[in-house]
Amino acid sequence: MSAGGMSIRDLNVRWAGEPVLRGLSLEIVPNEILSIIGPANSGKTTFLRSLNRLNDLEPSIRKTGTILLDGRDIDRDFGIEDLRKRVGMIFALPIPLPISIYDNVTYGPRLAGVRGKAALDRIVEESLRAAYLWDEVKDRLRSSGQKLSGGQQQRLCIARTLALEPDVILFDEPCSGLDPISTAKVEDSMTELRKRHTVVLVTNNTKQAARVGTRTAFFLMGEMVEVGPTGALFTSPADKRTEDYIVGRFG
Amino acid sequence: MRNEAVRQKIGFGALLVATLVVVVPVVLIVVLILTRGFGALSWEFLFTMPRDGMKAGGIFPAIIGTFILVVTSIAFALPIGVMAAVYLHEYARENLLTRVINLAIINLAGVSSVVFGLFGFSLFVIFLRFGVSITAGALTLGIMTLPVIITTTREALRAVPRSYREVSFSLGASRWQTVRHAVLPFATPGILTGAILSVGRVAGETAPILFTVAAFYLPRLPHSLGDQVMALPYHLYISTTQIPGIPEGYRYGTALVLVGLVLVVNVAAVFFRAKMRKRR
Repeated sequence: MSAGGMSIRDLNVRWAGEPVLRGLSLEIVPNEILSIIGPANSGKTTFLRSLNRLNDLEPSIRKTGTILLDGRDIDRDFGIEDLRKRVGMIFALPIPLPISIYDNVTYGPRLAGVRGKAALDRIVEESLRAAYLWDEVKDRLRSSGQKLSGGQQQRLCIARTLALEPDVILFDEPCSGLDPISTAKVEDSMTELRKRHTVVLVTNNTKQAARVGTRTAFFLMGEMVEVGPTGALFTSPADKRTEDYIVGRFG
Repeated sequence: MRNEAVRQKIGFGALLVATLVVVVPVVLIVVLILTRGFGALSWEFLFTMPRDGMKAGGIFPAIIGTFILVVTSIAFALPIGVMAAVYLHEYARENLLTRVINLAIINLAGVSSVVFGLFGFSLFVIFLRFGVSITAGALTLGIMTLPVIITTTREALRAVPRSYREVSFSLGASRWQTVRHAVLPFATPGILTGAILSVGRVAGETAPILFTVAAFYLPRLPHSLGDQVMALPYHLYISTTQIPGIPEGYRYGTALVLVGLVLVVNVAAVFFRAKMRKRR
């Protein structure tokens, strides 16, 4: 397992004919946490869902351009299932399947063909530990994942994604439904994940981007206005629109 | 203000009356067949062959016949209906073909049962040479109940959150794995509801089996799927209209057994469904 890098070259996405992303080019460097900020409808989530081809499920979405994962084209050089195993995703709302905690974590590995109780047990423990959830649930792995609190559910979803040992993890506003303490725990785990994975974080919360992002990109109406080291982008943005958004003049 | 309160009372009163209109026939039917039919129930009535031109003896072959028809027709229709619904809801994209198919399903649901009987007779009995047999009857009943199963299965699939599918895909599952592991398990209780509705319909229909399987008088049990059988609804019809001098209790007893049989199968299915729900 190694953290992966991605290159996005001239990505254009249309939704039912309307442009959602325009001419977007961006490098995602291994082991960074790239935060993406911007007002609603700026194309952040669409961008994120392009990276694991989840947009392909939506027939009215058309895209052009190239996305590479470690130099390989995600459309041509990967089976779609293999790509999604290497580029994991955490959704805005925690969505544990209505099965046990154990079965939630092993969902991906089981479908990928991992058999044997010992191997699955090990995956469950390692993944839950990495998501800072092990100590809270180790005595009730067989109870339903939906019985956990909201913050625990989101960490379960993180563990479930980690179980596949992805190179890149996409977070789509993962804390939008969480209280501040749960949010802090999820942010801690993101910082820890960076050691072994590449993290892309879409967030509506500019403070969160400032806290955890190593680099930050600002999206506006389907275009990337600028991208840079988080400290620099927040203290001296190059573009007037970035500054206006950060200080809260719109959005 | 007072006026408003009175109007409200009248309004709710009307709603209550409408509700009672629905409930009263159910109660009356149950009371009627219980009071008139319960006396006829006996070991002999339930478990022996009819005798004396059906004026005496039991209705055992009709009970078994209806039971076999329910099991065989559901065994045929449930897998096909579920597979069709899964295809339409999970795989097929909205296009002209699926719209035509949906229209066909709606129309199939609207065809009257006697037309199904005629269709089953010409296709299964005559053209495919199954003869008047359990096979022909079960296929006819199965086709009749397909729209119910497809529609309820589709509703059950629709009730599974879209997010479950997205989670499954995002974890590298294929489309089939997603259907198999993230959709179908959570739709099963709803699918069973469709099967339950079908049981009542299949057990109670007379017209579709009239030309395809039902025997007027056959005091033995079937040996194969090529045999004819007696069936409760048809037996009830002939014993009421065709044979003079049958004791009244005999007819109402038959009706009671028919209602009871459907009830037993439904209760079993409901228990099974509740158990599946609890397992999560």
